[in-house]
Amino acid sequence: MTLGLLSAVTFLPTVGAILLVLVPRRFADVHRVGALVITLLTLAVSLPLWFGFDGDSADMQFEEFARWLPTLGVGYHVGIDGISLLLVLLTTFLTPIALASAWHAIEDRTKEFVITMLLLETGMLGVFVSLDLFLFFVFWEAMLIPMYLIIGVWGGANRIYAAVKFVLYTMAGSALMLVAILSLYYQHGAATGTYTFDLMTLTRWVMPPGTAQSLMFLAFALAFAIKVPLFPFHTWLPDAHVEAPTAGSVILAGVLLKMGTYGFLRFCLPLFPDASVEYAPLVFALAVIGIVYGAWVSTVQPDLKKLVAYSSVSHLGFVMLGLFTLTQQGVVGGVIQMINHGLSTGALFLMVGMIYERRHTRLIAQFGGLWKVIPAFSALFLVVTLSSVGLPGLNGFVGEFLVLLGAFQVSFLLAALAATGVIFAAVYLLWMYQRVAFGEVTHEENLHLRDLSPREWVLLVPVLVFIVWIGVAPSVFTDKTEATISALLAQVQSKASVALLR
Amino acid sequence: MNPTPVIALGALLPALIVLGAAALVLLLDVLPPRQSKTHLGGVALAGIVGALLAVVSRWGTETRAFRDMVLLDNYALYFDLVICYAAALIVMLSMDYLGRTGSESGEYYSLVLFASAGMMLMASAGDLIVVFLALELMSLSLYVLAGLFKTRLTSGEASLKYFLLGAFASSFLLYGIALIYGATGSTNLDRIAVAAATRNVEPMVLIGLGMLLVGFGFKISSVPFHMWAPDVYEGAPTTITAFIATGSKAAAFAAMIRVLVVALRGAQPDWSALLWALAALTMTVGNVVALAQSNLKRMLAYSSIAHVGYMLMGLVGGGPQGAGAILFYLLAYTFTTIGAFGAIGLCARSGEDAVEVGDFSGLARRHPLLAATLAVFLLSLVGIPPLAGFVSKFYLFGSAVRAGYVWLTVIAVLNSAVAAYYYLRVIVYMYMREPDGEPVSVAPSLAGGLALTLAIIGIVVLGLMPAPFADLAQAAVAPLLR
Repeated sequence: MTLGLLSAVTFLPTVGAILLVLVPRRFADVHRVGALVITLLTLAVSLPLWFGFDGDSADMQFEEFARWLPTLGVGYHVGIDGISLLLVLLTTFLTPIALASAWHAIEDRTKEFVITMLLLETGMLGVFVSLDLFLFFVFWEAMLIPMYLIIGVWGGANRIYAAVKFVLYTMAGSALMLVAILSLYYQHGAATGTYTFDLMTLTRWVMPPGTAQSLMFLAFALAFAIKVPLFPFHTWLPDAHVEAPTAGSVILAGVLLKMGTYGFLRFCLPLFPDASVEYAPLVFALAVIGIVYGAWVSTVQPDLKKLVAYSSVSHLGFVMLGLFTLTQQGVVGGVIQMINHGLSTGALFLMVGMIYERRHTRLIAQFGGLWKVIPAFSALFLVVTLSSVGLPGLNGFVGEFLVLLGAFQVSFLLAALAATGVIFAAVYLLWMYQRVAFGEVTHEENLHLRDLSPREWVLLVPVLVFIVWIGVAPSVFTDKTEATISALLAQVQSKASVALLR
Repeated sequence: MNPTPVIALGALLPALIVLGAAALVLLLDVLPPRQSKTHLGGVALAGIVGALLAVVSRWGTETRAFRDMVLLDNYALYFDLVICYAAALIVMLSMDYLGRTGSESGEYYSLVLFASAGMMLMASAGDLIVVFLALELMSLSLYVLAGLFKTRLTSGEASLKYFLLGAFASSFLLYGIALIYGATGSTNLDRIAVAAATRNVEPMVLIGLGMLLVGFGFKISSVPFHMWAPDVYEGAPTTITAFIATGSKAAAFAAMIRVLVVALRGAQPDWSALLWALAALTMTVGNVVALAQSNLKRMLAYSSIAHVGYMLMGLVGGGPQGAGAILFYLLAYTFTTIGAFGAIGLCARSGEDAVEVGDFSGLARRHPLLAATLAVFLLSLVGIPPLAGFVSKFYLFGSAVRAGYVWLTVIAVLNSAVAAYYYLRVIVYMYMREPDGEPVSVAPSLAGGLALTLAIIGIVVLGLMPAPFADLAQAAVAPLLR
């Protein structure tokens, strides 16, 4: 087997982490610079994926395969399609930003921090490129530990509670998924004679509908729903976000939550099409409740980070709604909305982190009139807020509009309820912005805040470029993923109808 | 006139090497230098390595001796491998541990070797009498070792408790053997199998086998025969705790699987419901009680009970896959558990062993390397990939799902999620809390460090490239199923 581009992208951070282990801890700056260079290098290596990717093809591309546990039918099989391509690039794009955001914020145990971040990047990329259920599960579980450490070691006052809660929720969810993976493996093996964990082989098989399929769907769905998080499995999220350091929040919101929605798209829909159709109304209901509930709860949050955290529940509700409409617009919207949420919410957390570094508080009531003191920060914060609101011309609008378009084809009522989420988003985000940036400066301490430093400009501008770019020219991004999604939907529908004919 | 029995000492070769080393250690103990005993550890280690080489050279062959009382087949050789690894790591970890606790003595090493020989014979036993003799050889040595700290009350308590309850279990085992002998006219496993297959299974055989299960259940500490484990694990010297948790468990599993699979080959009574309940109960009790422990040795005691519950799943599932999965699990579990106990054994606070979870507060700040090492072992116990603990669980759960025991697997995975809490709590203390009170001191130990390095390499290799070792485990169970 020759080393392919995807493996290089996935394992470059790990190689970097191993190199950094060898550097003594007193050279903290070597660790910072080294880790940043490695993640930038990973980003650079991942760019050819974008340019080499054929958006007209629905096939897996950049595939690599090697035997791993041949007796079990486990292989090292990686590849990307139009959905994972975007998420891989989102990951390689956000990780250097997150690392750089911690430049001054993380002074304690820098060596451990950067190594953990690098291992986390490998874990996240591995989840998005795996095409073997065993391999996927390995990355899925392995990635938990770095995030656990980032929250628990470098987090806020209540970090231990948040870290443990995060890990236990996720582990409980994925535990049942493991049983479902094994059951699927043996069912497929018994039916076809081929015992394999290879996703491509498993998705070609039409599983008979029935209780077994429903239970497996639910086991997978639980693992993913906790990660998304879908209401009512969201309670770990506010704790984890509030306690995590800024870099952790950015990665958590930007990438980790997408693993849940990605899992639904990659595994639940093609593997269990009948159950997906059967349980779609339940997912709709939970998604809409999440949209509205997240928005309402955000409105009354006194803490900026908590507000953004609950807004994630609302935004991810849109993604789930879009995916389970099983319409072309809805799914494309959901996928774009995943990227949008990664960018907008990532940027929101970055900026909340920046203001926290200056004032050591995140309470909205402690601010006010910031526009007069730090206009550049406030201007950028406005753009990011509006992108999260879904203002036409910025990225958020594209995703939400497509999702709603899809939802209206399924149910008028659901779509109408979900649309209120857009309105409430405007309410809580703009009201928050008003209290933070407008009016008179009410607190003495806010009079002498520094405006954005060059480092912070460098962090924010790339994100803003994409926020505007997706807003004005969404087709650049949707073109890469349209073919994959229509093939996926065709597959789901044909499998579900084959089952119906029996 | 009876023909002269053929003396085929080759069937005993690995055990004989270990026994020879044990005798040599006893002999050298009375010769100078009298102050330091570290060189005796070296002799013991050399004996174990010799036995390992013998095991490797014998792999793939099958020797029967003493009228099929002792069998040296792949199955026995596999367990010899596991036991030798365990014993070697224990001896390496003991060298400095004994010096630090002021209990260095020659008989320690020879007793470890005697116990190892007993364990190896248990794996080779083709006759219930040999099972019993080997079990006693192992147990008596371990009773003494558990009470090594003569001046510590807990050590004495551990020794006495282990002895009393162990004697009780041995008598169950012996009574079971007597009943089976009465019903079938033989103590040889093959002949029991033939006798059980030709006539209907008599209640006496079933009762006898049930009593054997009680005896083995005690040695592997499955619920409800687990009560001794926490006290013994807590009181015994940490290195011996590690040995009891791994070597004696592996040996008891070896004998138990052979008896259940070989002697019941023809009869096939339906044990699965009983074993199902035993497995579910053992893992749940172990994990739930472990949640409440603040003493790491007690916590690991309950965790080891839980792991026995997982391993019993392989017996419920049955078949070569189930047995092979247990064998693989035991190998991974041995490396991981010895590593965890070994890392804990290196830590001391105010001259005492550091065993309370609070003692480990902020360990990562003072001793980052040791904290990282212990964390890796704990994560492997949780079952986080890509470490050995994950793959071995995967094989085991897979064998249960394959046999159709999906709900038992659901109980097991939920248990693993619960278990994550108490393993990760140690990591919380090491990494996320600041040191308080007198700092923990870590005894520098070259041999101990080497042992931990070997264990880490073991769990990483087993985790990343499990295929050859899983094949080895499958090859090892093949002789049982003919």
